[in-house]
Order: sequence, then C-alpha cells, then structure tokens
Amino acid sequence: MEAFTKLTAVAVPIDEPNVDTNQLCPTRFNKMPIGDPDYPRILFHDQRFNPDGSEKPDFILNQEPYRNAEIIVADRNWGGGSSRETAVYALMAFGVRCVIASSFGDIHRNNCLKNGVLPVTLPNETCIALRRQLRGNLEATITVDLESQTVTAPDGTQHKFDITPVTKRCLIKGLDDVGRTEEFQGAIDDFRARYRNDLPFQASIAKP
Amino acid sequence: MTSAQTMFEKIWRQHVITEEEDEALLYVDRCLIHEGSRHTFDQMDEENRSPVEPDKVFAFSDHYAQTTGRDNGLGAIADPKIRGMIELLTKNTKKHGIRHFDIDDPDQGILHVVGPEQGITIPGILLIGADSHTATHGALGNLSFGAGSSEVYHVVVTQTLWQRKPKAMRIAIDGTLPFGVASKDLILAIIAKIGHGGAAGHVIEYAGSAVDAMTIEQRMTVCNMSIEAGGRAGMMAPDDKVLDYVHGRPYAPAGADWDQAVAYWRTLPTDDDAAFDTEVSLNASDLAPMVTWGTNPEHTLPITGRTPAPEDAGTEADKSEIAAALDYMDIKPGTPLDTIAIDRVFIGSCTNGRIEDLRAAAEVARLGQAKVPAWIVPGSAAVKRQAEAEGLDRIFSGAGFEWRDPGCSLCTAINGDILQPGVRCASTSNRNFKGRQGLGSRTHLVSPAMAAAAAITGKLTDVRSLAKGN
Ligand code: SF4
Repeated sequence: MEAFTKLTAVAVPIDEPNVDTNQLCPTRFNKMPIGDPDYPRILFHDQRFNPDGSEKPDFILNQEPYRNAEIIVADRNWGGGSSRETAVYALMAFGVRCVIASSFGDIHRNNCLKNGVLPVTLPNETCIALRRQLRGNLEATITVDLESQTVTAPDGTQHKFDITPVTKRCLIKGLDDVGRTEEFQGAIDDFRARYRNDLPFQASIAKP
Repeated sequence: MTSAQTMFEKIWRQHVITEEEDEALLYVDRCLIHEGSRHTFDQMDEENRSPVEPDKVFAFSDHYAQTTGRDNGLGAIADPKIRGMIELLTKNTKKHGIRHFDIDDPDQGILHVVGPEQGITIPGILLIGADSHTATHGALGNLSFGAGSSEVYHVVVTQTLWQRKPKAMRIAIDGTLPFGVASKDLILAIIAKIGHGGAAGHVIEYAGSAVDAMTIEQRMTVCNMSIEAGGRAGMMAPDDKVLDYVHGRPYAPAGADWDQAVAYWRTLPTDDDAAFDTEVSLNASDLAPMVTWGTNPEHTLPITGRTPAPEDAGTEADKSEIAAALDYMDIKPGTPLDTIAIDRVFIGSCTNGRIEDLRAAAEVARLGQAKVPAWIVPGSAAVKRQAEAEGLDRIFSGAGFEWRDPGCSLCTAINGDILQPGVRCASTSNRNFKGRQGLGSRTHLVSPAMAAAAAITGKLTDVRSLAKGN
C-alpha cells in the first residue's frame, strides 16, 4: 500500500450528497483489469463521458484545473452502496489520494484505507465552506497533513480531523494488513484451539 | 460482574482474537465470494498466498450468470468478457480447493439466497461476504457484513479481519403489516425514515412483534437492505422459526453438534436491559405499499403519494439532490406516483428472489396479463425447482411473464441482461442508483406484489386496489 503523509493539491468540489460507488465505478467496469490504460476514465464515467466517448464539458472533472485534482471535497454520505473496491481503484487511477466529506459509506471508507486513500471526515458546514472557497479561486489548493491531522483551507484556516492511532500509523507507513496480522499468529492459534473446543459446531463445517 | 449485552455484543466478543487500540482482530467463520472477487485472487497470486481454511470459503457464479439457455452451459454467453469472469472463478476455486456453486450446479444461485438454503449460514457466526448485501444472512441470528476485495483477501488468507467496532442500533417494529404491505415495504419505509446514511457506523438489530411475526424469508428481505440505510449489518434474534429453518440443511450442524449448537444459540438474543447506542421505533400497522421515485433508496414514498418538489427541501444540497433526481427520472414535481407509466418489470434478486416472493407475485399475476415485458428471475436453482413444482411458472407464463434462469440479472445488469437508456422499470431489487440497471435506465423499487401489479396495469399501481377489485 502507498503511504500517505502530507498532500498539497488541487481539490475538486462535488456538491451532490449520497454519491454512491456505482457512480464512482459503473458496474460494467468491474471486470476491467486494473492496469488497463482506460482505467483513469472509469471515475464518474457516465457523468463525464457521452456514449460516443467524448467528454461532457459541463462535468466538473472535465474542467480546468480539476482534471489534475488529487483531493475531492464532497458532501454527506460519500461512497455508500456497493462494496466494490474498484470504486477506490477508479479514484486512484484518476489521481485522487484524499476525499473530504461529512460522512462516508462504511465499506468504501475501509476500502480507501486499505489502498492508502485518506478519507477525512469534517462537519458539513466546513465541507460547504471549503467548496465555496475552491469555486471562488481556481488557483486554490488544499493541504492535508496526516501527521498533524489538519486540513488547511485555501484561505489558510486549519481544520483538525479525527483519525484513530492505528489507522494513522498504517497509512503513514503504508503498512499492509496481512503483515500486521502475522505478528499475532500465536494469539490466532490459541484462539482457534479454544474456539474449536468451545464451539465445535461453528468451528467446523459439516460436509454434505 | 456480567452486565446486560446486546446480541451484537455477544457475537462480537465471541470472535475477538486480540485488540490493538480501537481495532479488534476477529475470527471469521464463513466467507462468501463471487465472480467479482477476481482482485482477491490476483492479490493471492501476487503475494503467493493461499486460503488457510478453504472449507470455510464458498464461491458463487451469480453476478455474471446468464438467465436463459442455461442448458447450453457457458456456451450460452456470447460476450467473452462476461464468460471469462465465470471461467476465471472456476479456475481460481479449483486451484485453491474452494466449493464453487458454478452455473451448472443443481444448487447454483445468488450468494445471499444459496448461503441460507445450504445451511452455510447459521446463527452465532461471523460471516464476511464480498458483497454489500451480506447483511441478509443476519436474519438467522449472526453477524454478517460485506467487505471489499482487500478485506476479503485478508479473510481468505488469514481467516481473520481487523475491524473497528460498530455502534449498535435497535429498530423496534411493533404492530402488524397490513393487507397488501410486504416486508419490502417495511424496509423501504425504514430507509425513508432514517435516511440512506442513517445507520452508518451501526449494526442494526431489528426487533419487535412485527419481526417476531415474520417468516424467515420476510426477515431476510429486511436485513438485506440494511446497507441501503448505511448499516454495517442487520440482524434478528434466532428464535424457533430460525432453528426450524436451519435444521437439516446440508452444511448445518447435525446430530450431537446440533443439540449443542441450539443450547448455545438460545443464549444469543439481546438481554432485556441491554443498552443500544441508537434506538428507532416504527409501527408496521401504519404502513402502505411503498415505491421509490428518485435515485437512491431514501427517495421512497407510499404509492398513494406524489413526487416532492425541490422547494420543499430544507437545505441547498437537498434541493439540488431532489431536482437532479427528478430530472434523471424524468418526472415532474407533484406527480401522483400511481400515474407513472413503466416500460419493464423485474422480479428477482437477493432481496426478493425467494419462493415466498414468487408466490406473492403469482397471486397478483393471475389477475391479469402483462402489458409490458416482465421478467421473473428466481434467486436460485432450488427456488426455481420449488416454484415449478407449485406450478408458479405456468401462472407466470399464462399471464405473459417471462420465466428465466437464476442469477443477479437486472439487479446489477452485468450479465448481459440490461435496460436501454430511458427505460423505466418497476423492480424488486435493492438499488435505484443512476444507471444501476443499465446506462440511463430508471428504476422504481417495489415489492414483488407491487411489481406484478405494475406489470398487469403498465403503470405503478397500488396492489391493494387490484386485490379489492377481485
Ligand atoms: S442480486 Fe443484486 S444486490 Fe444481490 S448479490 Fe446480486 S447484484 Fe448484488
């Protein structure tokens, strides 16, 4: 997993609440191999492109400077719906490393964290204010600093965000979960022995 | 000291191997995957790992399964990319010794239909599925939730999962579902009440007299759509109905194991004075048949209602959301829902593709003739066999409905079954997102009886009016 420490970048404001993972990666792209050269076109595909593949100029990701956005500032309930991790691969292929929203779909939030994409939760008023500032100044950037847990708005205001210590550590080091789990192999083996003894009917599975 | 605990708390604690700060490492009892899990297998190849307990992983060909011409096997799938997804799963499961309900398996079907059918799903367990509707299984009194491919990879190669503990929410539903109102209507009403993200970060326990009165299949429909309210999982207490349902199924505990299991499972229901982080209550007796008008499941109203106007909303974001939804759906504000003409009907999915759902739809289908193309896609091969044994297929065919083979089909439209742009569909599935049933398609979520009613009238229709007229 790619580490996340600090990022200063163009941020794109997306006002719509409830952006579901079907919008981030329409279902038919789930079967596209990750390295495919068309992968960067998946994100918001059906809002970004016409059926003939040409761009829809009205869609914000087709406008400057947002083609280079590495941060998204959204509204409430970002990434609800399907568990598809391809929604995160689509974000990454476009170049997005951080999404700021007032709430997230739980599965999508986990999927982001497993891939080094930082989900930042800030109050909705803050998200609205950030989006307004971005719209007002096309030169604006946002800085997200994981170490100090702050988002610096275009006007210089700093907003503190919460993240748990383990999550933060894993992101900063780019730690892979399986490696972390293997450090607990002894505890897993003990657990399994105890579980087989206490709840054999759940620990084993009948062979029909 | 033993304090009162919720069922969620009991099952969670039973599975904690260790804790690190606010994350617990949980032991996973069952893992369900499907064709879309290719990234999980790719990761296994890259890192040269294999499943630690392959007998606890079950694979299903459902999302990409064709729903006609099944006798021709894979040959019936014209698109090599779609066929390739099924072939890839077959190859990967063979390689790793994983039980695969492939398209020619007599027990093939949608993972959330087949899991309970086969007794893979039992009370007490922690079940992880590579699919957000994994909450369905919680109707049997366990903790079941969906995960993305990285988390599923972790489960498959370690049989464990790191997880922050969700909060507990109880939704108490008293009263009785009135005539013509299905458990689908109940869960749509719940989502409308608490919102599309209303249960985010929570595991929902559904309780109350209305839940006690429901059949197991009705309960699965409710738990299934927990994710549409943002819930991490949905669950219900394992009562006698659950035990009767599970007993004797192929993968369920048997003999002395069964007796021991029952003794333990009876300790699982929430203690009387256990506290929940959030409580919601609802009276089932007040409900009417529901229908979605917009582009997420929160956009739900009784069939007797009218579409909202953007001006009615409180915030700017909500105003623009309503306006965008109405625009996408091509409906004017203030339109009576029961005047909206439809082009297609889809009855099936892991929400409403079980035998009781097909019976409810057949009851209505027999009252008329389909005015628009209407598909019946059973949730599994077993459901299909049962329906045919009861003669439901003949009722449907006689009424002009199309009787198809089991799979996800038009719920997610990746197997080749797809709606054309602009087509409006009354659907018993669970998501009405933009483009969910095909680019530019428009979805109205309804119960099976309501879908059948829409088929025979050609418009969204209050099923109660048809039944009364009979
Ligand atoms: S029926 Fe629909 S929601 Fe259910 S598993 Fe299949 S695609 Fe997912």
